[in-house]
Amino acid sequence: MTLHLINARLIDPEGLTQSEGSVTIEDGVISALNGDAPKGANVFDCEGRCLAPGIVDLGVKIGEPGERHKESFRSAGLAAAAGGVTTIIARPDTHPAIDNPETLEFVTRRAAEASPVRIRHMAALTKGREGREMTEIGFLLDAGAIAFTDCDHVVTDTKVLSRALTYAKSLGALVMGHPQEPGLSKGAATTSGKFASLRGLPGVSPMAERIGFDRDMGLVEMTGVRYHFDQITTARALPPLERAKRNGFDVTAGTSIHHLTLNEFDVGDYRTFFKVKPPLRSEDDRLATVEAVASGVIDIISSMHTPQDEESKRLPYEDAAAGAVALETFLPAALRLYHAGHLTLPQLFRAMALNPAGRLGLPQGRLAQGAPADLVLFDPDTPFVLDRFKLRSKSKNTPFDGQRMEGRVLATWVAGRQVFGAEA
Amino acid sequence: MTFRARHLLGIEHLAPEEIRTVLDLAETYVDLNRRTVKHSDALAGMTQINMFFEASTRTQASFELAGKRLGADVMNMSVAHSSVKKGETLIDTAMTLNAMHPDLLVVRHPASGAVDLLAQKVNCAVLNAGDGRHEHPTQALLDALTIRRAKGRIQRLTVAICGDIAHSRVARSNLILLGKMENRVRLIGPPTLMPSGVGDLGCEVYQDMREGLKDCDVVMMLRLQRERMDGGFIPSEREYYHRFGLDAEKLAFAKEDAIVMHPGPMNRGVEIDGELADDINRSVIQHQVEMGVAVRMACMDLLARNLRAERGARAAGVMV
Repeated sequence: MTLHLINARLIDPEGLTQSEGSVTIEDGVISALNGDAPKGANVFDCEGRCLAPGIVDLGVKIGEPGERHKESFRSAGLAAAAGGVTTIIARPDTHPAIDNPETLEFVTRRAAEASPVRIRHMAALTKGREGREMTEIGFLLDAGAIAFTDCDHVVTDTKVLSRALTYAKSLGALVMGHPQEPGLSKGAATTSGKFASLRGLPGVSPMAERIGFDRDMGLVEMTGVRYHFDQITTARALPPLERAKRNGFDVTAGTSIHHLTLNEFDVGDYRTFFKVKPPLRSEDDRLATVEAVASGVIDIISSMHTPQDEESKRLPYEDAAAGAVALETFLPAALRLYHAGHLTLPQLFRAMALNPAGRLGLPQGRLAQGAPADLVLFDPDTPFVLDRFKLRSKSKNTPFDGQRMEGRVLATWVAGRQVFGAEA
Repeated sequence: MTFRARHLLGIEHLAPEEIRTVLDLAETYVDLNRRTVKHSDALAGMTQINMFFEASTRTQASFELAGKRLGADVMNMSVAHSSVKKGETLIDTAMTLNAMHPDLLVVRHPASGAVDLLAQKVNCAVLNAGDGRHEHPTQALLDALTIRRAKGRIQRLTVAICGDIAHSRVARSNLILLGKMENRVRLIGPPTLMPSGVGDLGCEVYQDMREGLKDCDVVMMLRLQRERMDGGFIPSEREYYHRFGLDAEKLAFAKEDAIVMHPGPMNRGVEIDGELADDINRSVIQHQVEMGVAVRMACMDLLARNLRAERGARAAGVMV
């Protein structure tokens, strides 16, 4: 079937341009840009709305296996489609962790039968994410693992980590880690400073991220592994990151949408939906992180979608679980950065689609002839007030509940097939 | 007379005139408490539940006595939180108690913000009797009353709060209250016991007792919370006493008529010299305990008035 999308504002993250035009889709790929409608094609009028490559979301938590009551592949896939996310890169911090080929095969099969959008899986770097023994990195690569990470668990034993990185390097695997000094961050619920002190909550110095970064970077230098620093959220970590990139190491960096749009004061009177990991930072850190995305020092924005049920959030702040759902709010939240004049739409999609796909070796993320027809159509200006109970995720733990947002997804296509929005 | 609050969760939510209202009313209860017949009917027929998720003798006794002197039916619940998962106990216990229609709930909990959370789930007035490292509002109010009676005012004073600031809810509530009433506040303690960013909260920070105590009107000592010292905040108790313990020699740097306060229980010879603590010319520690009952009576009386007004309005179909 051939689909011809006309009257679109094309957002091109490669050329960092936007222009009026059309997109032709044949056999699941983009066959032409600004061409004539092929004979017999279904024509879809975009009415001047924005058409961009679908979001590639690096680091989504899905509750399978272990916590399907919080999120299933089905609910996550529906939420993603409604949020313009066409490729989910799922995290291995499940129960049990995805740390062997059998579990990986199970989730791959479950995802394929349940989700309307593409799902690829990362695997744990160490068994049980316990930081003691490396996983079967070779077998896991063969089974389709796209990257290796222990997520928010820091491999504290530097010897174990150096061996795992050396082994990963020999197989060309991409490793991803949260830079954090675990001794400093132990027990912390907030970033230390005036707010943490006023609320009487244990805080972690923002310096813990920089110390973690320095150690991990030393190991990258030592082993030559391909490495992605996930969750860079503080100004202090940026100069060494910039230096590492300038020196030609194969490193990239990412941050989360919550750290780009919220700060520590949003927690207010112990609102646990704002508890994320790492904790929300100061406004200065937030602005520095936004600036780093604009300049390209930080390559990737991810949603850090982390579903939590009501029970795990309805606790005193220190005891409450960390994390926020974000698949559906990812784009509207990111558009706050566009409306505030911090980032252009092509810059946003560079960080939300082109760069993550490129780093993972996926053909997605581009609005170009021959690229997969994974697309999102949205109106960046539609205002709405977010009602968390209307989210498609099984868990409703969003910090944006009741907030005014701008920007709505109108339609989403995966491989040329519409998975969300009004029928063509 | 102004006091609008529905709950007393922290000093942060009180306006200066509300603080003054509490102190003025508490004065009348100081007089009542010194009589042989110490009884009022302010809370007659009402039910007060003291729910302590953290062990306490003094505060719980003070609240119990305050409630009984006001004629309330008082029930004490000591909820051991170690055996059950904390959060579940909190919400579940709150819902259970709420179904028994209490009018005043006095809560102490080891987690900061836990009392705020509980207040959202119940229909009665909630008094924070200390939550984690966050606030202990009745302590700050009783300290304010003690200062006002000793100094004749509660403005334009220089007050030093000394010791383990980081782990102290008493320090936070006092810092906020004294700031609201336009006093100069100094925090004195070793940097490892000083919360980060505290210099931005409108106070001066010192690491030397002699320097910090200079020209102070009030010296508030804090208990060194040994049970919270899970490793290495200070080298030893004796070095701490040498550098930060209050004795006559260090106190000589404060004003000649400076008063010495301590929220109790004291560690004699750790943060305060035993003799100094008992010196009736300088120490107002026993007054603090006395003011505690009066201030708690005033707080509960005011909250009960608001509760009655709210219920009356609701019964009459008025929007509240």
